[in-house]
Amino acid sequence: MLDMIALNINNKMYSIEIAPSTPILWVLREQIGLTGTKFGCGISLCGACTVHLDGQPIRSCVMPLSAAIDKKITTIEGIESVDGLLHPVQQAWLDEQIPQCGYCQSGQIMSAVALLNANQNPTDDDINTAMQGNICRCGTYNRIRAGIKKAAVVMKMDSKKQENG
Amino acid sequence: MGKITRRAFIGTGLLTSGALVIGISIRPGNRAKKVASLISDPEEHVFNVWIKISPDNSVTVIVPHAEMGQGIHTTLAMMLADELDADWGKVNIQEAPAHQEYANHMMLKGFVAGDVDFPNFLVKTVDGAFLKIGKFMSFQVTGGSASVRFTGELGMRWAGASTKHLLLTAAAQKWQVPKSELYAVNSFIHHEKSNRKAPFSTFSKEASLLDAPSSLTLKTIAEYRLMGSSPMRKDLPPKVTGKARFGIDVVLPNMKYATLKNAPVFGGKLISVDDTAIEQLSGFHQVIKLDNAVALVAEGYWQAKQALDKLIIEFTRNDQDTIDQKDIFNQLNDALDKAIKSDNFTTDLELVNQEYDVLTSSSYTANYQVPFLAHATMEPMNCTVWLHDGICEIWIGSQNPLGVRAAIAELLELAPDKVFVYNQFLGGGFGRRSETDVALQAALIAKEISAPVKLIWSREEDIQHDFYREANISRFNAVLSKEGPPISWTNQFLFKHHPPEAAHIPYSIPNQLIQYTETDLHVPWGNWRSVDHSMHGFFIESFIDELANQQQQDPYQYRRKLLKHQPRFLKVLDLVAKKANWRAPLPHHWGRGIAIHKSFGTIVAQVAEVAIIEGKLIIHRVVCVADAGFAMHKDAFIAQMESGIIYGLTAALYGEISIKEGAVQQRNFNDYPMLRIQETPKIETFIINSLEKIGGAGEPSTPVIAPAVTNAIFNVSGKRIRELPINQHLLTV
Repeated sequence: MLDMIALNINNKMYSIEIAPSTPILWVLREQIGLTGTKFGCGISLCGACTVHLDGQPIRSCVMPLSAAIDKKITTIEGIESVDGLLHPVQQAWLDEQIPQCGYCQSGQIMSAVALLNANQNPTDDDINTAMQGNICRCGTYNRIRAGIKKAAVVMKMDSKKQENG
Repeated sequence: MGKITRRAFIGTGLLTSGALVIGISIRPGNRAKKVASLISDPEEHVFNVWIKISPDNSVTVIVPHAEMGQGIHTTLAMMLADELDADWGKVNIQEAPAHQEYANHMMLKGFVAGDVDFPNFLVKTVDGAFLKIGKFMSFQVTGGSASVRFTGELGMRWAGASTKHLLLTAAAQKWQVPKSELYAVNSFIHHEKSNRKAPFSTFSKEASLLDAPSSLTLKTIAEYRLMGSSPMRKDLPPKVTGKARFGIDVVLPNMKYATLKNAPVFGGKLISVDDTAIEQLSGFHQVIKLDNAVALVAEGYWQAKQALDKLIIEFTRNDQDTIDQKDIFNQLNDALDKAIKSDNFTTDLELVNQEYDVLTSSSYTANYQVPFLAHATMEPMNCTVWLHDGICEIWIGSQNPLGVRAAIAELLELAPDKVFVYNQFLGGGFGRRSETDVALQAALIAKEISAPVKLIWSREEDIQHDFYREANISRFNAVLSKEGPPISWTNQFLFKHHPPEAAHIPYSIPNQLIQYTETDLHVPWGNWRSVDHSMHGFFIESFIDELANQQQQDPYQYRRKLLKHQPRFLKVLDLVAKKANWRAPLPHHWGRGIAIHKSFGTIVAQVAEVAIIEGKLIIHRVVCVADAGFAMHKDAFIAQMESGIIYGLTAALYGEISIKEGAVQQRNFNDYPMLRIQETPKIETFIINSLEKIGGAGEPSTPVIAPAVTNAIFNVSGKRIRELPINQHLLTV
């Protein structure tokens, strides 16, 4: 069954005719053309497809589009600031030279952003809990940990600036 | 091809110790057509296929290797830019297209000829011969940890230096000053006496008309500006924004999506497909029967996968349907027993240097076993093909784009120059993406569809239809004297792929016999990160650890004694012991293990610190020391050491592909698990730049981690792990 579905993706509205059971991942990649979100396993085991649904990290390969109605989807393409600056997590990913093949990193970054939005001072255990659903076959885990800690410092400073300014 | 002019060929051969044979001296009007797509502006002069200097003084380096996360685009460009004294900020990198001109004879030469240095007068001949072989074999492979060792050292550096030489010569003529008074910095040529400076591009035209220099000197290490440093890898920015385009991300107008089901048992053939269940589905669906698979083409991957799962498919049954994993191990053991009985081995190495008395010596034996392993690249297998107007266009992330081109040209009976391969970023390679199977399937599907088709395999197909690191067994026997080193080392195993020296030992043991035999397995074999080293590192470094224990010696000191004649090994071993505080006491239930192995020209030693707490193994820390001669991009080299350790540790702890009724049992990351962040040890990497011949980076840390960990398990628990993976053993302290 095809339905007309209205979607908010990265603060832009889209209207798509598609079966509501279609996983969000494939709509993003094939209908919307946002290919930064990756297919890895198809059964919610690797995290490569992680996006935010109303700010919460979800695995888009198993989440049907119907779950996104009246909610906001945020993808890797939607986390830069409005003036085009990299998100502090993206910047930390560059500073620590984290990616290797890079394929899993959109999902890693989206999990990390969700963690830091919820927790300004993540401990190693917090990082383990938030990131254990994201596989990296290149083994960049230690750098990811360092990147999250670095981004946490920057994000805290930024939020202080906002409070003061 | 035959179009390479004799002049260009010889000129470059004389110039560059062979390095630029494929590439140098492409001038407008000469062979430029073949690389026309690389020249966007008629004002640009291509000195050779490795390098391009634009009117805006930017330098484009053309890299004939695939970027799969190892940072090779950046590293090779650094090597060239350093010799050229180019402004790194204005250096761009392009991957070479899959043209015969890029057939990577540098790498072939390195592999076929080993570490032989050719006398100068022979270089031309040797390179000519290897170039021909390279073209014949369609060789443009990224693998064997070879990019820096061969393309970089033999090609990029010489190309940069010769280009600089041409620019300086041209500037000397134009300014009417002695060339010796000129020097290059950051893409400018300077003449201090007359206080002049001008960008490289000023001299492009004149330089392109010059004859190649007859001799050149490369920079000494004191003159390096880029080599050995860690500039930001140029492939990183698009990898944090989602903009990096992998093979799976290609989008073409009116593109269809395909997915498929391969015959579960290797060698199985398709008999029939019942598609009544999808007849009522809305939208475009097309079933395509391949020899050993069924493909379904639809408007999207999900739609294709849903429909594929509804088909009733029948594949042939064959003799292999009854094979289980235990049958395979029985077969391996039988083959080895038979070879021993009939002395039907191929001898890999035999040393007979010392007689001994069997009565006063003792013999020690151990048998090892490893399972099949899949690659499980993060990006599932995929390939996009568009057949139109008599040509075939292919978008893929491949370690072997020329191989893809040749295979598809043959399959479709097209001339190779009608087949275009556009190589994309690889979402992991590890050897899997050196195969052409998926591209061939995509081409067969595209033949039936009048639109571009993107074939995407499910993860299940990826795990079940890989080309696997083989399951293998290895048997050892050592003769030990009461005191002093072992007298003999005998090692018998199955299969030999490459590198040929993988089972050789660095240890000073006077009598050695290393031999192997073959048997046919129905499970397809493929290159898996570090290839034969991935097993032999574990076998050798476990058994030497057993011998140390047998002779009641400290495993570090024991290795040390047997490496007395190997100063390079000793340095690596001593440093890893020092950095790991080898002698420092450990907490209760903790253990330490050490291992050292040379592969792809790089010596790597590791110390693993593990704990066994309530039966659970925890890997706390890995200290890694590597001597690759010289680490070109320091941080990328460290990253490769870390990556190889995690890859090898994942396999050591969990990696097991097993066969049931002829087919692979595992399906996805639930039953073929990967190491995750919470299990990742702290890794400390130290580099020794010994300035010996350059070694590889992508693979050499992988073979060392399994024995470092199992030796540590022995240290803490007394349990010797002789069969991988580790998680099939009960561990107690």
